Amino acid sequence: MPDASQDAAFVEFERVQKSYDGESLVVKDLNLSMPKGEFLTMLGPSGSGKTTCLMMLAGFETATHGDIRLGGISINNIPPHKRGIGMVFQNYALFPHMTVAENLAFPLEVRKMGKSERDAKVKRALDMVQMGAFGGRRPAQLSGGQQQRIALARALVFEPELVLMDEPLGALDKQLREHMQFEITNLAHSLGITTVYVTHDQTEALTMSDRVAVFDDGRIQQLAPPDKLYEEPENSFVAQFIGENNTLLGTVKEISQDKALVELDGGELIDAKPVNVSEVGQRTRVSIRPERVEMNKERLRDGAHTLKAEVLEFIYMGDIFRTRLRVAGNEEFVIKTRNAPDQVRLSPGQQIDIGWLAEDCRALDA
Amino acid sequence: MTDAAGPMLAADGTPLKRSLARALRRQKLRALLLIAPLLIFVLVTFVVPIANMLFRSVENQIVSETLPETIQSLDGWNAEAGGIPDEDVFTKLYIDLFIAEEQKLHTRLGTRLNYEQTGASSMFRKTGRAVGRFDTDTYTDGFVDANGDWEDPAAWASLMADAGARAALPLTARSWDRWKAVFDAEGKELKKRNLEDFLFTALYTDLNAGGDAAHAMVQSAKPVAEGLAQVSLIDAFKEADKKWGEPEIWQTLTLYSPNYTPGYFLNSVDLERTLDGPKVKPENEQIYITLFGRTLWMSLVITGCCIHLGYPVAWLLANLPASKANLLLILVLLPFWTSLLVRTSAWKVMLQQQGVINDVLVFLGLVDDASRLIMINNQFGTIVAMTHILLPFMILPMYSVMQTIPPSYLRAAKSLGATNWTAFWRVYFPQSVPGIGAGSILVFILAIGYYITPEIVGGTKGVFISNRIAYHISSSLNWGLAAALGTILLAVVLLLYWAYDKIVGIDNVKLG
Repeated sequence: MPDASQDAAFVEFERVQKSYDGESLVVKDLNLSMPKGEFLTMLGPSGSGKTTCLMMLAGFETATHGDIRLGGISINNIPPHKRGIGMVFQNYALFPHMTVAENLAFPLEVRKMGKSERDAKVKRALDMVQMGAFGGRRPAQLSGGQQQRIALARALVFEPELVLMDEPLGALDKQLREHMQFEITNLAHSLGITTVYVTHDQTEALTMSDRVAVFDDGRIQQLAPPDKLYEEPENSFVAQFIGENNTLLGTVKEISQDKALVELDGGELIDAKPVNVSEVGQRTRVSIRPERVEMNKERLRDGAHTLKAEVLEFIYMGDIFRTRLRVAGNEEFVIKTRNAPDQVRLSPGQQIDIGWLAEDCRALDA
Repeated sequence: MTDAAGPMLAADGTPLKRSLARALRRQKLRALLLIAPLLIFVLVTFVVPIANMLFRSVENQIVSETLPETIQSLDGWNAEAGGIPDEDVFTKLYIDLFIAEEQKLHTRLGTRLNYEQTGASSMFRKTGRAVGRFDTDTYTDGFVDANGDWEDPAAWASLMADAGARAALPLTARSWDRWKAVFDAEGKELKKRNLEDFLFTALYTDLNAGGDAAHAMVQSAKPVAEGLAQVSLIDAFKEADKKWGEPEIWQTLTLYSPNYTPGYFLNSVDLERTLDGPKVKPENEQIYITLFGRTLWMSLVITGCCIHLGYPVAWLLANLPASKANLLLILVLLPFWTSLLVRTSAWKVMLQQQGVINDVLVFLGLVDDASRLIMINNQFGTIVAMTHILLPFMILPMYSVMQTIPPSYLRAAKSLGATNWTAFWRVYFPQSVPGIGAGSILVFILAIGYYITPEIVGGTKGVFISNRIAYHISSSLNWGLAAALGTILLAVVLLLYWAYDKIVGIDNVKLG
């Protein structure tokens, strides 16, 4: 967890822009500040500028405009090898002609560290990732997960204060990936390292990070802790990118401080929480999570608006049921219900009424 | 999986192994058929010529085939004593040479022996012209006077069909057979005038050696042979060419009488055969060791130049964006679209004393007009031109290996704290070594056998062993020596390949 006493920004991006061709900006006006010890994930679709940001921080790309600071010092003109930033690459980039131990010793060697000290550190780093017995192997003789651990150990062995990870788990299978997510966060937190993690996998972002920066179109769309990001997306891109979401288009009919009445395009009325709508008559896209949709009227507040829905498909997924409905002309409306003993199993063709708590339904930009 | 019941069986009860082999046989056969045209082509155009070349380098049958009787009788002769053989050997030589002369083989033998002893060629040519005029016609006249049958080819033929006569007159019989075979081979009939003096010389020799048979012709000839004075063939030969009276030619003949000889190989390394074993040639005749050394040394220099010039280009090719890299690749390959001869000649234009480079240097005042640089017809010219020509062979393997090295390795090294140089030297370079290895082997092996370029720009100081091989193939026609030189070159290449495998490891060579 970020240490409150060191809340002063450790990594800072200030008005950073980046263009490759001089015609379009890949990163537009990026501002970001990270305290020491934070685990921050840059999440976004490919081409959203997240990897470019990482590369600028590592020093492999130069910012076209703006300032990047590390510990208060501008690092724009510091070459990568003097930045002292550990980095884990997408394909690990373990040097194939060196053994695992030689790979780990490399950063210590170039720092002119003595052999005995070097060996001790390499051993400690290998033990840290439970790979102590593999020092003499070549990277090609290791499995993907093992290579991943070595890459991690190599990025940490010279004790950097900041570690960058560029989609490090992309090449692993699901089970291993989940296991490594856990290990990486544990390690990062126990060593108190500041980590910038780039991924396009939202589950990874949500489970691992202290804060997530959602990138799109060269901008940070939202920077928030995972729960806030999921439950309170600030715009419709974030709402749709993070998790599954049902959206309905409509117009604001009434609006107050914490409640808005939205008239859907089919004429139905629903309650919603105004997020970035402010006046009556504005077009809006309301968004509601599948697991927050309620079929049981008893659980809704009095006077809550409900919608008629027709069941199109029922999918049994083990832990949950996933039901696809036609709601207000939208045939992709999904609800998820827990597989509990008293849970009803809907069948196609069934007509039901659905509703939700106004605060779960967010009226966003259209 | 085999259990106690025996080997695994297929569904039809045959052993699984055999069933599998049968199933695969058709595939193998099809694969073999697919490569058959190439296989045959390679066998015919590559394996067979090389085997033939290897064979030629030791082959020496010409001596024993042309002079079979002489070689046989020289067998017991002691060449080390330093004299010349006796009359008997000369008689055999007379017979052999006479037959060879009829087939015009004696000049070829002369040429062959001339490689070992200067003057042998003219000796054989002169003697060949003379053998027909030796005084041995006294034998002929004597025998014919005693019995007219000796003038009749049919009578000769029937005499030579008589087993008793053949046993009594072995040399005559052998000579007759060979002589007859010469005419049979040409489809001609042996006529009266073809009953040459050498046949009667053989007869005289046999009869005086005590040959006796019941045949009437032999009986009639026997007293004649005893009465006829021996014609000294030693003198006759000496008269044809006085060198026959010197021991040197006889030593050479003795040394080169076996069917296979190490002589060509010894010549290839500046040694010569003597009766006391191999001996170093006189200094002014030594050439091949120098040439081999120069070929190896210059090939190494050229390979080194190619590595140093090619590495940065290959690096650029592998690291530029694709569109620019393609353009650069075309520039690298451009020389391949021009004839080798044109490129080499272009270097001649560039490098000669009145050439472009010298003109520019003189114009700029860097070089005095009177002391223009000599950059061609020497080793410098050969190295420059060959480096240029072989450079693509270095760049392409390097490029294809470098292409497989992801840029993330360099980034990783830098992020770990390595400077640009350390990152390159410790991380990138070791991974590019297989490309350097492949390129070096390619360039070195091409260079070591290069011919055209050294021929054109090499002068006398810059020529390679291959130029000497070509000279022996096309000018001096000493194919045996050319084959021996080629075989040594092949052996050197294989040896270097082996050494490379031991030191660097051939697994460390990648073409991409």
